[in-house]
Amino acid sequence: MYSQGLLKQDTAAVESEEFLAAFQDRIDAEEKIEPNDRMPAAYRKTLVRQIGQHAHSEIVGMLPEGNWITRAPTLKRKAALLAKVQDEGGHGLYLYAAAETLGVSREKMTGELLAGTAKYSSIFNYPTLSWADIGAIGWLVDGAAIMNQIPLCRCSYGPYARAMIRICREESFHQRQGFEIMTRLSQGSSEQKSMAQDALDRWWWPSLMMFGPHDAASRHSEQSMKWKIKRFTNDSLRQKFIDAIVPQAEYLQLKIPDPELKWDPERNDGAGGYAHGPIDWDEFRRVLKGQGPMARERLRARREAWETGAWVREAALAHADKRDRQRAQVA
Amino acid sequence: MGCAAFARALLELADDHLILGHRLSECCGHAPILEEDLAMPNLALDLIGRARELYSRAGEVEGLGRSEDEFAYLRSEREFLNCLLVERPNRDFAHIMLRQFYFSNFMELYWLRAADSRDATVRGAAAKSVNEMKYHIRHSGEWIVRLGDGTGESARRAAEAVGELQFYIDELFIPSASAEICFETGLLPDRRSMREEWDQRVERVFTMAKLDFPEPVPALTGGRTGRHDECLGHLLAEMQHLQRVYPGAEW
Repeated sequence: MYSQGLLKQDTAAVESEEFLAAFQDRIDAEEKIEPNDRMPAAYRKTLVRQIGQHAHSEIVGMLPEGNWITRAPTLKRKAALLAKVQDEGGHGLYLYAAAETLGVSREKMTGELLAGTAKYSSIFNYPTLSWADIGAIGWLVDGAAIMNQIPLCRCSYGPYARAMIRICREESFHQRQGFEIMTRLSQGSSEQKSMAQDALDRWWWPSLMMFGPHDAASRHSEQSMKWKIKRFTNDSLRQKFIDAIVPQAEYLQLKIPDPELKWDPERNDGAGGYAHGPIDWDEFRRVLKGQGPMARERLRARREAWETGAWVREAALAHADKRDRQRAQVA
Repeated sequence: MGCAAFARALLELADDHLILGHRLSECCGHAPILEEDLAMPNLALDLIGRARELYSRAGEVEGLGRSEDEFAYLRSEREFLNCLLVERPNRDFAHIMLRQFYFSNFMELYWLRAADSRDATVRGAAAKSVNEMKYHIRHSGEWIVRLGDGTGESARRAAEAVGELQFYIDELFIPSASAEICFETGLLPDRRSMREEWDQRVERVFTMAKLDFPEPVPALTGGRTGRHDECLGHLLAEMQHLQRVYPGAEW
């Protein structure tokens, strides 16, 4: 990896008050923090956790959509889905590279994912049960991801911010693709319409959970906001998402599965917005802890790919080693 | 007769590309290393893209108004005309890469010769495919060398793949009656003419990989007349699922 030279570099700082104040000044002045800069250990730790979780989410996220590549209904859809899932793998790769600039290797992060000690977005622990789920994931899950990620393009940590610029561009394309699948289904046969409604019913609440706990219950939010890793609170992003999606669902003639959803003129500082019913946070915690319907299956699939591929990786290393030795002999 | 033969020969080619692309797409998200999870879909996308172009041209030539999706999703196992090599299951990474290596070496030679086809679509496909096939050959060929000359286990698996796939090589070089007509009328190249160069190319890489060149064996054939192995029916059942369950639906 290009960032390997940075591994184990000593950018840890003695965290005197002056240092912390000067660091905060740089953040407040919107300066980007770069890999070789001194930074507080907690800043580094927060980023490693967040970027790692983000990278793992991209990798695990290949599985639920990959579930429909071989059954995509047309050649055009098959090619688009394949390209989309490939993009997600690419996002995983840039994000691992961004995390490596903070001194943690991809191998270590992968090990944590496979051991079940690293988190990834709980949304990927739900099953994809019909073709409409591929539409709903693009529309809602990628839609929610974009809401979360656009502010990350301005994140104070340079490599993360730069990775996010490219990722967001691709995600917004994915979202349009998902919405287009939903449009086609909602204009299709009665079976296709009910497929689309069923997908919305199942993906709506998990999508809202993607923004994380309510602000009052969010452990990491306040410090992350101060460090400008995060720019908006969970609840404000969730509100923005709901306000954007509700009219789109109306256009699709689909019903949001929330009887308490209603227009509230007081929301958004009096500009108006949608009020929603309570989110089932018990479900969120269960799914996040790996008790979701597909959680064990997702990790099993990742482990299986890793274990059955071990001989391939060993062969590549052994061959590279032989070649190096041959070159050394010639030289 | 000329049109029917050309349409059929185009379908043979298109089916080769689609079925191999589909096989690769089955691996998406399950590769041994993240970089391969990016590379294999790339290969698959090239192949599926080419299949679409060839199906569309076959539909035009046939003149019955059949679309790419009708060819892909609404034909039965006995109507698929791909060679047996491309439908071989993804037994392991050595099989996947060797299958790719054999096919892309054949196709690069094929497309190089198709550059002067009388048909403009074939010429266009040839121009794009030659570059794609070079990349496929490089990617799969490098893996053949790494696996053949890697560890004891990888060498054993690579040799097993050679043993398993050797039965399917000859069929690549046998023209169907339709392909023969297309060769005679200057539409498509002669499949037989690539054999020598293909052997040399494969042998060169096998030498680097310390693999034995496959012994001549009685060829398994039948794909061009729709006689496949059992594995194709399962692939099609999965691939055609939605189109079969919801006939006539638009997606």
